Amino acid sequence: MSTLEVRNLVKDFTIRKGLRRTRLRAVNDVSFTLEPGRTIAVVGESGSGKSTVARMIAQLETPTSGEILLDGTPSATRGRGLDAYRHDVQMVFQDPFASLNPFHTVGHHLERPLRLHEVARGREALDARIHELLERVNLTPAPVFAAKQPHEMSGGQRQRVAIARALAPGARFLVADEPVSMLDVSIRLGVLNLLARLQREENLGVLYITHDLATARHFSDEILVMFRGNVVERGPSDQVILDPQHEYTKLLLSAAPEPANHGRLREEVRRELAAAGAGEPADRDRFGTRGL
Amino acid sequence: MTATTTTAEPLSSDRHAAYLVGKEPVLTARHVSIDYEVEPVVHAVKDVSLTLHRGEILGLAGESGCGKTTLAYGLNRLLKPPALLTSGTVTFHDQDGPDVDVVALTGDALRAFRWDKVSMVFQGAMNSLNPVISVRDQLGDVLKTHRPGMSRAERASRSAELLELVGVDPLRLDSYAHELSGGMRQRVMIAMALALDPQVMIMDEPTTALDVVVQRGILREIMRLREQLGFAVVFITHDLPLLLEISDRIAVMLRGEIVEIDTAEAVFEAAQHPYTRRLLGSFPSLTGDRGAFVRTGEGTGESQEGPHA
Repeated sequence: MSTLEVRNLVKDFTIRKGLRRTRLRAVNDVSFTLEPGRTIAVVGESGSGKSTVARMIAQLETPTSGEILLDGTPSATRGRGLDAYRHDVQMVFQDPFASLNPFHTVGHHLERPLRLHEVARGREALDARIHELLERVNLTPAPVFAAKQPHEMSGGQRQRVAIARALAPGARFLVADEPVSMLDVSIRLGVLNLLARLQREENLGVLYITHDLATARHFSDEILVMFRGNVVERGPSDQVILDPQHEYTKLLLSAAPEPANHGRLREEVRRELAAAGAGEPADRDRFGTRGL
Repeated sequence: MTATTTTAEPLSSDRHAAYLVGKEPVLTARHVSIDYEVEPVVHAVKDVSLTLHRGEILGLAGESGCGKTTLAYGLNRLLKPPALLTSGTVTFHDQDGPDVDVVALTGDALRAFRWDKVSMVFQGAMNSLNPVISVRDQLGDVLKTHRPGMSRAERASRSAELLELVGVDPLRLDSYAHELSGGMRQRVMIAMALALDPQVMIMDEPTTALDVVVQRGILREIMRLREQLGFAVVFITHDLPLLLEISDRIAVMLRGEIVEIDTAEAVFEAAQHPYTRRLLGSFPSLTGDRGAFVRTGEGTGESQEGPHA
């Protein structure tokens, strides 16, 4: 069976401050296995190392130690081997405004991977594939969108071009690094539902990097919670969200806005102040964020 | 938008009417229209009427481009060309003085009004502090301009008091922006907005760039200060779940118009406008049902991809 496995992945960054050098361990011993048709979500705050994991899998960073295995064989890091790896593993970036070249048409963005990975040859075959890809991400009529430049499209449309581009080589695994966090709220679910449909149709393995616990829960089978480079909790998504074990997961969950809690924060603050007025010291640092 | 076109009143419920009883207004906007005078003219805000009451948190929700920031700038007279307030009135009901016609203010009167009565916390906490002067100088700047009578020592003690108020160690007065974390920068911005004891604070996406845990800390701080100091807040964001948690009332903006205004409870329990319902539906619940979100194939997930996606 085809799998994408990471084993004991470690990434150190060197930080220079004047003449001093310190090492920052951004990712510490992360392992998981991505299978076709399944989604693993990696959640955590800025700086938790979740994007570094994604970038290592996409071969945009070199791991300090640890292995990335595609179908059981270590992935190549350069040359033809890397081309073959990228044929199977593709990435969707966070910012659809930066990840498309403003100079080129949508058609060009999709044609490049088709050519490079030798999926199609010849003008007619290429155009047919480009139109098919655009239709699959609901950008219709396809010929119209193929001729557009990135600036002529909305953020959601651009992100769907980015998804189509990732699918173009016939990828089996998709690494999506915050694919919807730059998009307007009302179109986020649409893009996620689109990704989910493509996943079903193609039996894709998806690594979903996010800070949004709610979509992580609904969009994935398994959740890894990262904190300062370490995976502090992992498990089936409903279990992690509904029955968190680690303190950090609990903290994240209690900080996530929940509409059903309307008014509760106000009451809490009022009680605290009343208590403080009555002589009890108010605990202002309940979330431990004063020093952050 | 011309004066002849009338806009439908925003939807609201009986609960909203009940909430308003006995509330004292602090800032009233009547039929405000704001255009961007470019070719073709963009009607960013269309005939919006909005009343902010003393001590309340009013949430202004809407997506990018709906005009919520433009409206906020209009309330505070911060619009820069090509933006122009084409019609309408904005009245500030001063607690200790006569009403102020904000639109008519010019020159020194406008300078004195801004920040003193209505202050603002801007979008992008990370970049709105001056990088080349210390926190002490920036807070001092506000006081120097608006309270020329204060001595250096008074300014220093007031600055320290302000930092204390927002939960930042006063030792940080001598820090520069780059030495502070995102959350601390945003707290300093809030301290600056509080410096002159304003009656209204306009907060434009004050926590969007921050992590959820830090965001929660800042929100608590805002709520606590509101209880202690009694200012009113216009809180602008696209994050409706967050607004539901902190606001007393919520106004939903769509294409330059307020389509629904109601208490947070009523919006949550019985949103009337289809757009409000769609916004609410855009946030899958953390612990409840999955709502419109379908990953595994059953149900009608496709319909959500929609033409707007």
